[in-house]
Amino acid sequence: MLQLVLFNLTNGLIVGTFYVLMALGLSLIINLSNVVNFAHGNFLAIGGYLAFVLTPFIGFWGALLVSPFLTAILGFVIEKVLIRHVYTRNHIYSLLLTFGLGFILQDICRYIWGPSPLPLNIPQSMSAAVTPDLFFITWYRVFMVAVVIVAVAGLFALLRYTRVGMRIRAGTLDLETVSALGVNVPALRSLNFAVGSFLAGLAGVLAAGQLGLNPNMGDDLIMPSFIAIIVGGVGSLTGTLLGGLLIGVAAALTTVFYPSASEAVIYVIMAVVLLVRPRGLLGEEGMLS
Amino acid sequence: MSTVTTRADSTVVRPWQQLVIIWALLLTVPFWLPLLGGYTAIAGRVLVMALAAMGLNLLLGYTGVLSFGHAAYFGLGAYGAGLTLKYVAASTPLAILAGTLLGGIAGTLFGLLLVRRRGVYFAMVTIAFGQVCFYIAYKWDDFTGGYDGLRGFVRAPLDFGLFKLDIAGNGTLFYYFVLFVFGIAVGLQALILKSPFGRTMLAIRENERRARFLGLPVEKHIWLSFSISCFFTALAGTLYALLNNFADPLGLNYVMSGNIVMIAVMGGMRTFWGPLVGAVLFVMLQDYVSSMTTNWMFFVGTTFVLVVLLFPRGLMGLLQRKGAGS
Repeated sequence: MLQLVLFNLTNGLIVGTFYVLMALGLSLIINLSNVVNFAHGNFLAIGGYLAFVLTPFIGFWGALLVSPFLTAILGFVIEKVLIRHVYTRNHIYSLLLTFGLGFILQDICRYIWGPSPLPLNIPQSMSAAVTPDLFFITWYRVFMVAVVIVAVAGLFALLRYTRVGMRIRAGTLDLETVSALGVNVPALRSLNFAVGSFLAGLAGVLAAGQLGLNPNMGDDLIMPSFIAIIVGGVGSLTGTLLGGLLIGVAAALTTVFYPSASEAVIYVIMAVVLLVRPRGLLGEEGMLS
Repeated sequence: MSTVTTRADSTVVRPWQQLVIIWALLLTVPFWLPLLGGYTAIAGRVLVMALAAMGLNLLLGYTGVLSFGHAAYFGLGAYGAGLTLKYVAASTPLAILAGTLLGGIAGTLFGLLLVRRRGVYFAMVTIAFGQVCFYIAYKWDDFTGGYDGLRGFVRAPLDFGLFKLDIAGNGTLFYYFVLFVFGIAVGLQALILKSPFGRTMLAIRENERRARFLGLPVEKHIWLSFSISCFFTALAGTLYALLNNFADPLGLNYVMSGNIVMIAVMGGMRTFWGPLVGAVLFVMLQDYVSSMTTNWMFFVGTTFVLVVLLFPRGLMGLLQRKGAGS
């Protein structure tokens, strides 16, 4: 029993870290640009596929470093070409735009790499278990969690200690004033979108190493990421972090006791949070309401 | 408010002319559609999607509130109708009633949790609630058929005692049945929009803060509008199940929600008949593209992007602006 609980807890933590990476990227974009990026899961898939292409040339480690940057560049370009046009319009247009964009990106992946799943080869030593007793904790999983911790810490440091990060945080609270103070808001938004895409790309490489690649690999992750944001509280990145881990672990622990409810439980958590604390766990009153 | 309606009235064609043209076309579909190489079942699909999108449009176009989860109510309507036919009784009217109530009541309850949210936040929560229904249908195998969808039911002929209408076997007759239900629903919608409540919806759309200062209970009205809109979309869902004799879990998925929103936008969400026009365009596009290529997602996605960037007012909106200018 303990073994089973531990097994699912580890799974939950791993899945939770994916949710966190996805949801943090989404959350950044929602906070500054008020756009819910439906195509975020497809940026994740593209990050994974780029790593698949790069691995034969620069190895897994190289791909892990390069692929998120390429995804960020793609995000930057797409923001410049498409998404910036809908900032001033009704929310419906940004939703439809990124929704259509998701379709396009998914079909492009399917066209180039085919509809069937592909494996992303990770170094042999990584797939070994840390100890024989706990066979499910492989080095890769430990490594994944470590990378996510570094990435999240990096993001928070970026937002806290750099000028750009400060502007992003300020823009989240009062975009008008930030703009009046002479900050180039369009450029800030592009950069912010690129950072969000970077996180999606990173999640994509990590996920591909664990679960393999397929064109709609992001679809299963996008909905829980939405819920992580809602549960954590729109407007709060720390909340998003907490929300992602919470629902990942909750879903995994439900698997132990009542497997068929594992997907439902995250929605139940969301409904409870909305009833008891509508702004989310760490959300501020009045944000986006 | 009055300026809005005046602008809406100043189309190239007068509203009553519009009405005559639309109904003349709809009533004669079985005669002219085969000549163009279409089939009557596709016209049924257009009506169903149009009704779903018109239901959504009460909320989206007229109250100015964005739901991206209406597939849930559409799908619940479909499952409600299918399950009734399969397990309760072989009665088409009962199936329609049960499905509409299931979807509508679910929407009304979800609406309670939603009304205080606005903007993207509202949209996100509606998406998430939509997915709950999708997972229930997907996981509850032995009752809903799970991934394969709900099969094993057929629409029953209408029995009026004195005579029977065989809508089960006769496709054309079934089309007229769908058109009949569509007509009643659309008439109801027009009445709602003309009522004081409908005017209040417009007031909330145009200026929520001012509506609040005038003492209107904005939350209550948004909730009511959401609920009504869910009932209509659920009704469309029941017809969809009857049309296909099948309820599909993908009909509950957020992709379906996106399609319904797209239909409203493509046709023109600030106009009454816009969603019908949008449904014609959307169903034709889907049918044509999926018969031509397996990469239909690419083309549908591109259409979404192009409509948003180039024709955000939709086809009817485009016609209207021209009319207002001339």
